[in-house]
Amino acid sequence: MVVGHLPYLNADSCLRVGRQPDSGPVLHPKWVSWLRCFRTTEFPAGLLGQRNHPQPYCTTDGKHNETDSHSEKPGPDTHCLYLELLRRVDAGRGHQILSQAPGHPKNQPAPRNLTKPTFPVTIVTQCCEFCRCNVRMFESLTDRLQAVFRDVGKRGILREQDVDEMLREIRLALLEADVDYKVVKDFVGRVRERAVGAEVTKSLSPAQQVVKIVSEELVQTLGKPGRLELAGPAPYVIMLVGLQGSGKTTTAAKLAQHVRQQGRLPLLVAADTYRPAATKQLEVLGRQLDLPIYGGGETSPPQICAEGVQEARRRGRDVVILDTAGRLQIDEDMMTELRAVREATSPVETLLVADAMTGQEAVSVADGFHERIGLTGLILTKVDGDARGGAAISMRSVTGVPIKFLGTGERTDALELFHPDRLASRILGMGDVLTLIERAEQAFDEEQAEQMERKIREASFDLEDFLDQLQQVKQMGPLTQLLEMIPGMRGVAQQVPAGATDDQFKHVEAIVLSMTPEERRNPRIIKGSRKKRIAAGSGTSVQEVNMLLSQFRQMQRMMKELGKGRGDMQRLMRLMG
Amino acid sequence: MATGFARSIRDSLSRTRNAVFSRVAGLLGTSEVTDETWETLEELLIRADVGVETTLYVVERLRRRARDEAILHADELQEALREELRGLLPDPAPLNLGGREQDVVLVVGVNGSGKTTSIAKMAHHWQRTNRGVLLAAADTYRAAAVEQLDIWADRVGVDIVKGPPGGDPGAVIFDALQAARSRDKDLVIVDTAGRLHTQYNLMSELQKIRRVASERVEGAPHEILLVLDATTGQNALSQARHFQQVVEVTGIVLAKLDSTARGGMVFAVARELQLPVRFVGTGEAVEDLAVFDPDAFVQGLFE
Repeated sequence: MVVGHLPYLNADSCLRVGRQPDSGPVLHPKWVSWLRCFRTTEFPAGLLGQRNHPQPYCTTDGKHNETDSHSEKPGPDTHCLYLELLRRVDAGRGHQILSQAPGHPKNQPAPRNLTKPTFPVTIVTQCCEFCRCNVRMFESLTDRLQAVFRDVGKRGILREQDVDEMLREIRLALLEADVDYKVVKDFVGRVRERAVGAEVTKSLSPAQQVVKIVSEELVQTLGKPGRLELAGPAPYVIMLVGLQGSGKTTTAAKLAQHVRQQGRLPLLVAADTYRPAATKQLEVLGRQLDLPIYGGGETSPPQICAEGVQEARRRGRDVVILDTAGRLQIDEDMMTELRAVREATSPVETLLVADAMTGQEAVSVADGFHERIGLTGLILTKVDGDARGGAAISMRSVTGVPIKFLGTGERTDALELFHPDRLASRILGMGDVLTLIERAEQAFDEEQAEQMERKIREASFDLEDFLDQLQQVKQMGPLTQLLEMIPGMRGVAQQVPAGATDDQFKHVEAIVLSMTPEERRNPRIIKGSRKKRIAAGSGTSVQEVNMLLSQFRQMQRMMKELGKGRGDMQRLMRLMG
Repeated sequence: MATGFARSIRDSLSRTRNAVFSRVAGLLGTSEVTDETWETLEELLIRADVGVETTLYVVERLRRRARDEAILHADELQEALREELRGLLPDPAPLNLGGREQDVVLVVGVNGSGKTTSIAKMAHHWQRTNRGVLLAAADTYRAAAVEQLDIWADRVGVDIVKGPPGGDPGAVIFDALQAARSRDKDLVIVDTAGRLHTQYNLMSELQKIRRVASERVEGAPHEILLVLDATTGQNALSQARHFQQVVEVTGIVLAKLDSTARGGMVFAVARELQLPVRFVGTGEAVEDLAVFDPDAFVQGLFE
């Protein structure tokens, strides 16, 4: 699939995948296969000289398949193919390849400075020992550390002052992510201890090794993901607390839906009698989700909550979620009120709802609530923004309570379980490949993948299928947002004007939509007057229609060749699965 | 105004238990400037959310000044720090309001930053200066957001034009401007739905809202104020950058400064985007809004 003419997007963004050494495969095979299919159709055979590629196969999950791994049969493995591309870019010859790539506009030279930022050659972690690929992970911090380590590499050992310098970089990276100053200090201390004694291994460069230590420490600090602990006699009371505007009410609704999906019967209690229309807000959300709400009386919050629990008992609801008013942790009156609510309802869970964008204030907030009312967990909200979320580390270190959920959007189902490794990546500015994969999995179902495979095999992939594919990618969210999740692409995503890529998408989609089903199934019939009509219908030009058609023809040709290859085809089928 | 502002800043900061800046005076004291002083200074600024980059910039400038001007004692350094911080904040030109038939103020920000409350406070503020204020409740997205503003409008005693839930915000503004004209109101404040600056679609909706306003009233919106939560960290800069790019923000409202947060990110925002801070929210009551005065703000940080 060639989308518009975004050669750099094609050639780069989707290829930047891999797995971290020692941590097992991180890519879901389906996603990998989709990308690989994408790639093999994109680069004409022979372009990268992969016909004589000496490397054995790498299979979908990054492991060597028993039967394939030692096979001498050379074949175009897409991963190796990509590595070859990287090597050429490294050698300053990347533009030659890109200018031949089908996605590239004709008669237009590809830029020669393909290193950064138009074509950042980064990440791609080692897929196997045979590939000998240049393992580079955790781009942004690694980049900063590279400079420090330039000399270390020659000496092969870490000196005290090298460590100092690199710790400074780590410190700044964490501070930029809004991790608390003191927490950073302790953290860096721990990293120093481990780094100084660490052996320099062959498989990782010193910079990578240090980053690995940092990442492991981060994951450890973030702790194990928490789950709701609903124990003891029902109804289980969950109390949500937090500052004003942290997202308690929205989270209450999301949480109610979450427990309902687990077979519970939630009751929402609106205990915010201060903010105008707070009760109304919860009522509206309850109505949307078809969930019962209790509240709205003129009495005090502790009383409303106690009555809410009574009400739950009466109605046989087994989970009560208390939405309390936003308050400052230093507001003693308001904190006393929370204690009263706690005493009146004996919650099994007291969760602090905190904004992922919180700055250095995080420690004071978390500590303030924990000290006064005792927390059992944290929920981080607005994680769908571009905040690094260092506040999570601060709050977690100061309270020691687990992070239980992440709020990732305004929709009521946008509540995700917490994964320490993903958040660690995000804090270090390494992208969030896993979330990207999950979205891909949600958008592409197995059946569709199988159908695709069949179409490719029979070389009957037409513009209808192309349209399907387009729409599936669109379901995953705005392209720029997807880009940001890919390690190393954050910078690129920021340079792409907001929506630009999505606009390209839209144009392509509009063109295809302006065709009749007949035309989509058989694009060959599209001649002069049809082109004019399509261009007019989609608000584009005949040139653009031509471009799309020629790209599509090229793609079909590629697919046909793929379909002919026997061994290749088998592998492709496996890839598609 | 300045003294009033100084007082409210002082009041709000005095409520904070460990206002970092207030430690500056003590820590810098009259002792000699040593390496440790620089480290302390760096820590103070970062803990006030001034941001790594801006902190390093300020500390570097101070180091240079200390060398060039032979600053030996920390109290002189404190004075220099005050100047440097003040220098980061632009001198605000008067608000682009008044002198025309109708003023339109568009208020934008991320979810939960305090837009609605700030709007109520601003309505109250302008009403006291004898402006005929009308609110446009164009947050048709969040559940009960319109009701929330409606209650505020009632408390403050200003008119409000509401849209139906899920309705088109552009239509609400269209109606509001029409209503303002017929009811003889000369200042329309538009509340918009909170949106994360990374949501492209919602951000382009803002452009549409803006277009509707400018088609109806010449030069509208005359002010586009971005509400920032004072507890926000480095992300504030990203927010300001994105909103600036999409709708040309003209000023900042710093909400929730009554917490222990220091709002130091306004220095970073001012340094990069030259955006003036217009108002500061200092509490939950409708009176808890102060017109921003950079001198008093910087001064207040040291008291």
